[in-house]
Amino acid sequence: MSTTVYPYRLEPAKVRSEFFRLLPISFFVVAFGMAFGLAAVQKGLAPLEATLMSVMVFAGASQFATLEMWGTEVAVLPMMAVVFAINSRHLLMGASLYPMLRELPPGQRYGISLVLTDANWAVAAQDYQQGKRNLEVIMGGGLVLWIAWLIGTLSGVYFGRLLQNPQSLGLDMVLGCFLLAMALGGKKTPRVLVAWAVAATAAMMAYWWMPPHTHVVVGALAGGVVGFFWLDKKHS
Amino acid sequence: MTIETTVPGTLLLIAIMTIVTLITRFGGIFLMSFVTINPRVEGFINAMASSVLIAILAPMAVEGDIGARLALGTTAVLMLAFRKPLPAIAAGIIAAAAGRYFT
Repeated sequence: MSTTVYPYRLEPAKVRSEFFRLLPISFFVVAFGMAFGLAAVQKGLAPLEATLMSVMVFAGASQFATLEMWGTEVAVLPMMAVVFAINSRHLLMGASLYPMLRELPPGQRYGISLVLTDANWAVAAQDYQQGKRNLEVIMGGGLVLWIAWLIGTLSGVYFGRLLQNPQSLGLDMVLGCFLLAMALGGKKTPRVLVAWAVAATAAMMAYWWMPPHTHVVVGALAGGVVGFFWLDKKHS
Repeated sequence: MTIETTVPGTLLLIAIMTIVTLITRFGGIFLMSFVTINPRVEGFINAMASSVLIAILAPMAVEGDIGARLALGTTAVLMLAFRKPLPAIAAGIIAAAAGRYFT
């Protein structure tokens, strides 16, 4: 692009309000961070190593998966493959926000995507479907989620035994319920429902018959193909 | 190739994980800067966006335990009935805990 006009301005007040909007869900992220911190020290990571991993990587599912491969030695390429496969959904999440992100200067565009994760992206994506442009939730919501993940990991490595079995409290379903609430809060036109049915079917086929951790990308792309061929009327 | 989990080795592994994850966070945005956004691309993107959620949730619902199914079912019903996310999520978590306690 030859023109370098970036019309999107992140509003500090809105960044703050989105920070507090995701504060409730962040308490559950603390609990999950604790479970990660506990699992990490049990696998032999030092407390500060586990915390550093959460600070730098900030992608819970891939961190848990890495622990499964942790020993006195770690095979590098398989670890990279697993981390990439689990986190490849970020590629699609970032792409889906591009119509908004391109209106930010590149520094801010990539800066806020440092804290791009499932929950804040789900809010931004649903707001966008309803015509509201909300990149502030990526930044403000991302920060509160990142702080929660850090606090959770740090407390988990020291006090993790208080939370031996997060499943029994239903805590493993927090993100699932949150993402489902976001999906059902959006538009449910026939076009969207068909895309969802295709996405779910493709995801399950990939889950059963394709390499591990590929189902999210396969399902999402399949749903996208429906959207490519079946356009919303107002867009034509 | 393997890396020993000594302190420097662990730091190196964390650095590798960080870089791989950063590539996923930046990559989709970077690649989209080469794509012209027309109505078809926009149709693809917006259908893909909510399909990401469905693709994450499908195995939880299909292969999950009774707690996972109760949680998603409860959240779905309350969300469709009242359209209030927080109560729907809270009820879903309670349903998962209750389902697992009683089975």
